[in-house]
Amino acid sequence: MIKAALMLTTVALLAPACAAAQQPRDKLVSLVRQDCGSCHGLTLKGGLGPSLLPQALAGKDADALAAIILNGVPETPMPPWKGELSPDDALWIATRLKEGFPR
Amino acid sequence: MNRRGLLTSALAAASFSGLATTARAECPPPVLRGTGALGLIVERASGSLALVDQIQRAALARIEGLGDLSHASIVYSPCERYAFVFGRDGGLTKIDLLEARIAKRVMQAGNSIGGAISDDGTLIAVSNYEPGGVKVFDANDLNEVASIPAIGAKGAPSKTVGVVDLPGRRFIYSLYDAGEIWIADFGAGATPELTKFGNVGRLPYDGNVTADARHYLAGLFGEDGFAHIDLWAAEPKCARVLSGYNAGREKLPVYKMPHLEGWGQSSDTLLLPAAGQHEVLALDLATMTEKKRIPAHGQPIFCVMRPDGREAWVNFGHPDNDTVQIIDIPSLDVVHSFAPGPAVLHLEFTARGHEVWISVRDADRVDVMDVRKREKIAEIPVQKPSGIFFTARAHRLGS
Ligand code: HEC
Repeated sequence: MIKAALMLTTVALLAPACAAAQQPRDKLVSLVRQDCGSCHGLTLKGGLGPSLLPQALAGKDADALAAIILNGVPETPMPPWKGELSPDDALWIATRLKEGFPR
Repeated sequence: MNRRGLLTSALAAASFSGLATTARAECPPPVLRGTGALGLIVERASGSLALVDQIQRAALARIEGLGDLSHASIVYSPCERYAFVFGRDGGLTKIDLLEARIAKRVMQAGNSIGGAISDDGTLIAVSNYEPGGVKVFDANDLNEVASIPAIGAKGAPSKTVGVVDLPGRRFIYSLYDAGEIWIADFGAGATPELTKFGNVGRLPYDGNVTADARHYLAGLFGEDGFAHIDLWAAEPKCARVLSGYNAGREKLPVYKMPHLEGWGQSSDTLLLPAAGQHEVLALDLATMTEKKRIPAHGQPIFCVMRPDGREAWVNFGHPDNDTVQIIDIPSLDVVHSFAPGPAVLHLEFTARGHEVWISVRDADRVDVMDVRKREKIAEIPVQKPSGIFFTARAHRLGS
């Protein structure tokens, strides 16, 4: 956990100011924990929405998950996040979810 | 037993040292006290509760070790000494307010969403996501009394939501996946008699009952509208109300599910959150038709009625969750807006509505406001506060 957090800061520090639409990583971490967490659980173990823990996402492709995050799942509570998140943000979240999401 | 010992509360000692981590002071002076002005605030990230006093406007103690408290809710025993906390991780915890400690804790499911206490205070019902269904426990020792799987008419198990109490040791709740509403009647003992309403609408996400135990409504997510049952009818039936409130206009993405908890009936008016619109819907309970769509700051989450029913205070979902708006009931207009701070998650009025407490999660703070002056009178530091639950809930039907 601590390691993950350190890595995260490094990423944040190294990220140049190139991607205007990209959100700072710690903001994304808190968005996932708090705002995704309101349906998927603060620990992402699941709630109204399914578990987003690595075991649950193991067979799923990060790009496909990123597409779900951006476009939502019609007719279900999973909302499209493309108004709030860039494709890079979504892919970053999907990849981290598959690895075990940082605290 | 030593009576003074029993009533000796660690609270007094803890209150001097601010928010004490544990409330096991060794030698507090014996204090007699009531619990009617106490409450609990969920500290969702740290799995703890802040025990608060409405008169002192202060936190008295922190109670730790409650697991995942995201979306946690709380009900109280009729004597207002015990609280029952429903955690997201399936934990059911009984809190002793006088001793500021956990009296008993059981893990009753993998994933749960809320619960209710029977009118006689003997049964606790918990609504579960994983493995679905409702479990019922003895309020004394938290031993399991009944487990009611929620297998819908199509034969598949369902998550359950919106469980609330009805008079006569009954509980009513909605089946999210199956689109049904069930009543479990424990009037005859530990084996419930079930009454099922099928085809109530797609994906009911939450439900609540008016304080007179007459109207149960479930918010629907798979379609625009609410499922309604008039429980006073000789033969209660389920019907859709406020159907199609999104029709002909764009439905906005819903980043946070609205809640029906804390709603209130004011004469014939009930305010409900619109999912997908920046609106609060006013339902006329006499005719069960729409009175007004009230334009609001964002998508409403909680529409909390002031206890006297004169106005309602509303908070909103991401990304508009820094704001609270006040709706005047006679005119059904927004009459005041203010921004308490980042991530306003919940609000709770004192029993007679002279003050309101507002949790501002990302400021790690709960604000206490004078309701008539609409002015902040105190701030209480609380870690990532979400739900606020005062003991007066012990004497109210519904949630
Ligand atoms: C309002 C509730 C809600 C919110 C908020 C929400 N989700 Fe979901 N999510 C769902 C539901 C419900 C599903 C299941 C949809 C279905 O039935 O296919 C889902 C499905 C998913 C899936 C697909 C999982 C799988 O195994 O296929 C991913 C990935 C996901 N959500 C990520 C997110 C992320 C990331 C966020 C925050 C940026 C988020 N969700 C916010 C309700 C929500």
